[in-house]
Amino acid sequence: MSARTAPVWLTAGVVPLVNVAVAFLAAGLVVALIGENPVEALQIMLRGALGSQYGLGYTLYYTTSFIFTGLAVAVAFHAGHFNIGGEGQALMGGLGAALVALSLPFLPWPLLLPLCVLGAAAAGAAWVFIPAYLQACRGSHIVITTIMFNFLAATLLVYLLVGPMKMAGSMAPETAKFVPGATLPLMNQMAAWFGLTITRTPLNLSFIFAILAAIFVWVLIWRTRLGYAIRTVGANPDAAVYAGISPARITVIALLISGGLAGLMATNEILGVQGRLINEFTAGAGFVGIAVALMGRGHPFGIVLAALLFGVLYQGGAELAFDKPKITREMIIVIQGFVILFAGALEMMFADRIAALYARLTGKLVAV
Amino acid sequence: MPAPAIQMTGIDKRFGAVHANKAVSLTVEKGTVHGLIGENGAGKSTLMSILYGFYAADSGTIAINGKPSLIRNPADAIHSGIGMVHQHFMLVETFTVVENVMLGAEGGVFTAKGAAAVRAKLQALSYAYGMDVNPDAVVSELAVGELQRVEILKALVKGADILILDEPTAVLTPSEVEKLFVLLRRLAGEGKTIIIVTHKLKEIITVTDRVSVMRRGEMVGTVETSNTSPADLAELMVGRRVVLTVEKGPANPQAVVLDVKDLTVRDARGTIRLDHATFQVRAGEIVGIAGVSGNGQSELLETIAGIRKPAGGTVSLNGALLDCGGSDDPTALRAKGLRHVPEDRHRMGLVKPFEAAESAILGCSDEPGFGAGPFLDRDAVLADCVRKMEAFDVRPADPTLRTALFSGGNQQKIVLAREIERDPKLLLIGQPTRGVDIGAIEFIHKRIIGLRDAGKAVLLVSTELDEVLALSDRVLVMCGGKITGERRPEDTNEQDMGLLMAGVSSDAPKVAA
Ligand SMILES: Nc1ncnc2c1ncn2[C@@H]1O[C@H](COP(=O)(O)OP(=O)(O)OP(=O)(O)O)[C@@H](O)[C@H]1O
Ligand SMILES: [Mg+2]
Repeated sequence: MSARTAPVWLTAGVVPLVNVAVAFLAAGLVVALIGENPVEALQIMLRGALGSQYGLGYTLYYTTSFIFTGLAVAVAFHAGHFNIGGEGQALMGGLGAALVALSLPFLPWPLLLPLCVLGAAAAGAAWVFIPAYLQACRGSHIVITTIMFNFLAATLLVYLLVGPMKMAGSMAPETAKFVPGATLPLMNQMAAWFGLTITRTPLNLSFIFAILAAIFVWVLIWRTRLGYAIRTVGANPDAAVYAGISPARITVIALLISGGLAGLMATNEILGVQGRLINEFTAGAGFVGIAVALMGRGHPFGIVLAALLFGVLYQGGAELAFDKPKITREMIIVIQGFVILFAGALEMMFADRIAALYARLTGKLVAV
Repeated sequence: MPAPAIQMTGIDKRFGAVHANKAVSLTVEKGTVHGLIGENGAGKSTLMSILYGFYAADSGTIAINGKPSLIRNPADAIHSGIGMVHQHFMLVETFTVVENVMLGAEGGVFTAKGAAAVRAKLQALSYAYGMDVNPDAVVSELAVGELQRVEILKALVKGADILILDEPTAVLTPSEVEKLFVLLRRLAGEGKTIIIVTHKLKEIITVTDRVSVMRRGEMVGTVETSNTSPADLAELMVGRRVVLTVEKGPANPQAVVLDVKDLTVRDARGTIRLDHATFQVRAGEIVGIAGVSGNGQSELLETIAGIRKPAGGTVSLNGALLDCGGSDDPTALRAKGLRHVPEDRHRMGLVKPFEAAESAILGCSDEPGFGAGPFLDRDAVLADCVRKMEAFDVRPADPTLRTALFSGGNQQKIVLAREIERDPKLLLIGQPTRGVDIGAIEFIHKRIIGLRDAGKAVLLVSTELDEVLALSDRVLVMCGGKITGERRPEDTNEQDMGLLMAGVSSDAPKVAA
């Protein structure tokens, strides 16, 4: 059984690591089955993801998106809701950023850039408002409505990108380039300001935003009155009513924050890398966020680690597929599937045993 | 002599730093009713959970009917013929009574046959033991007392030979308790073995053959019930002499604090739950509400506390009309000096996954003392909780322990500490001592009377008739949502109250408020 809250490094560190190790074992088995050396495959993957500035840059670039979408899922989860709509909210975040960037290009960058970032968050939040309202006041299940809103967002974006917002004369479904003042600097550019030279990768300033967002979420959930209300509503809505906390109000607020965080994912891809709004830029990051949040157990620290893991899987997987023709892109998806299975769906499988071991080693009882 | 039904030897169990059971041994003879008593946190529930396979003991052995048995999980326990009625209900809220009782006995792919069989058994048992439960009622809509009956029926339907009841009477009315005890004696007469965990010494004396007493994780003794008295048992439990009667001086009622007129409440389906209730509570008096649970007391408390909206009538606090459930939500009412100890601490009073300190600020999380602006200062919250835990002797006094892991009585003390320590003008208090040990009852009763003597108004709801009569200056009796009578405790007796609780109105003159 369980007892006091375990140290964070145990719940959000050791437990996921054990899960990941098991996932890699299972994936290694598959690799062996198709006749490749699993140890070598793992080496290629890790080297590809972490072994060079280039690889690391890409890994952290993927990580950035997953941190935002993972945090989004986690905040909703603390209020007892499953926001599946990160994908759509992130797309709308891109739209919000683009609308600001394209309509106010004359503003100086110190004004324009923050507005673009806010635009992304506001649009993501706005996109979840209707599902949130329907959940809070009408009881329509948020899972259903947010899935529907994912489709709506994708469709809306296609419509805008082939129609009203398409760059004149272009064949591609994309907007015109933003002015430079509306884009985030790449990490190598920022390093250059300090006289450092690093390899050019898509990694950009939004990585710092993501880390700040993780800190923000931690403070919000565990150190503010609002966070307390959110957790109360999530854990015991009757007790919330007794306490005078309105579950409907808190549900809407928590989901707006969740949607805003998902919308911020667009700062990475749209403001950081593309510098224009393109179609399907989320590339499934909204869904990976669900796995990331589950794996990180809703804790920002765990979410950052889990996002990093998925970043490694994305970048290292690409390298692996490139190096070993037998291991296809699809194989990489299988490996990612294993990680989601063991770290997300079966997250509690080893938790009890780890807690027991910890108890034996330290004499302290914990709940993992 | 046949082998004892249960023989637990050298049972040891630690929860981290808490040594819940220290080499405990317990022998229960077949065909007897065996009492298990002890202070809150003494380790009674833990011992019973080990017997039922919820926890594995760190060491020790269990023999059932003389056979060494390895009980690893509840399925093993049920297989060995052990049934358990939990202190905290274990029912599926959205299921009907029949569906709940059927759990684990569904009888094949289609449930119709199993349901029919269970229904028949249920009806036979309900009839035989006079337990009035509608088999098709949805559990979430039952009152606490009814839930208890479903739990007892559930174990009986499974045909348990050994029945463990963890505080089964905490929510029953005197006449229901009497019925239950007749049932328990009858079952024991048929050779079944019953262990009953309770804090009520009177009940122990009435129903048990033997009593075992636990204190701080240890078994301090087993005595023949016929050779003991409540006072002796209390001393064994607590280690000191306990005052078992409530001592209080005459009330000195002042101005009207709470004025309820024709208050009517309907539930979600439109059924009238509270029917034109009219009464007043003055500063410096305790008004008690007696009645079988589920007769409108919960609705009354929740409406005054701002959780429900009344269908009619008015509530005034200190002369000002309230808009209960509207602009006067629980937060607004707290600001006006109203405090509320809910009847069911698990449903409303606490958040079980929270640390104790977090549960201890439920409803007060916006107070400026707990941090600046939007922030919650964890140190302040912890310090506040430590203070309350000391004031109410909560064990273990660890504000970071999860709420769910405190024993029932200690959870109740956390709720009481939170509400009473805030110096309310009007305290609404439901089931103040449900599942609380005698030492703590003495303490809680003193605090409630102290509140009255400090000029506060107290509205007390309890299904514990003794408690209502001992604490209240005036007693109102509720039945079917109506107030059926008003008495002064010194002018009434159990029989008179019983009639009022059954809705038989009498001609006795109303006592002037
Ligand atoms: N799962 C658990 N983890 C940690 N501590 C626990 C756990 N369960 C019980 N405890 C602790 O063990 C002690 C014994 O608890 P137990 O519930 O057995 O008491 P009890 O005698 O039933 O008390 P009560 O009369 O209040 O119900 C308490 O200090 C309690 O806080
Ligand atoms: Mg107990």
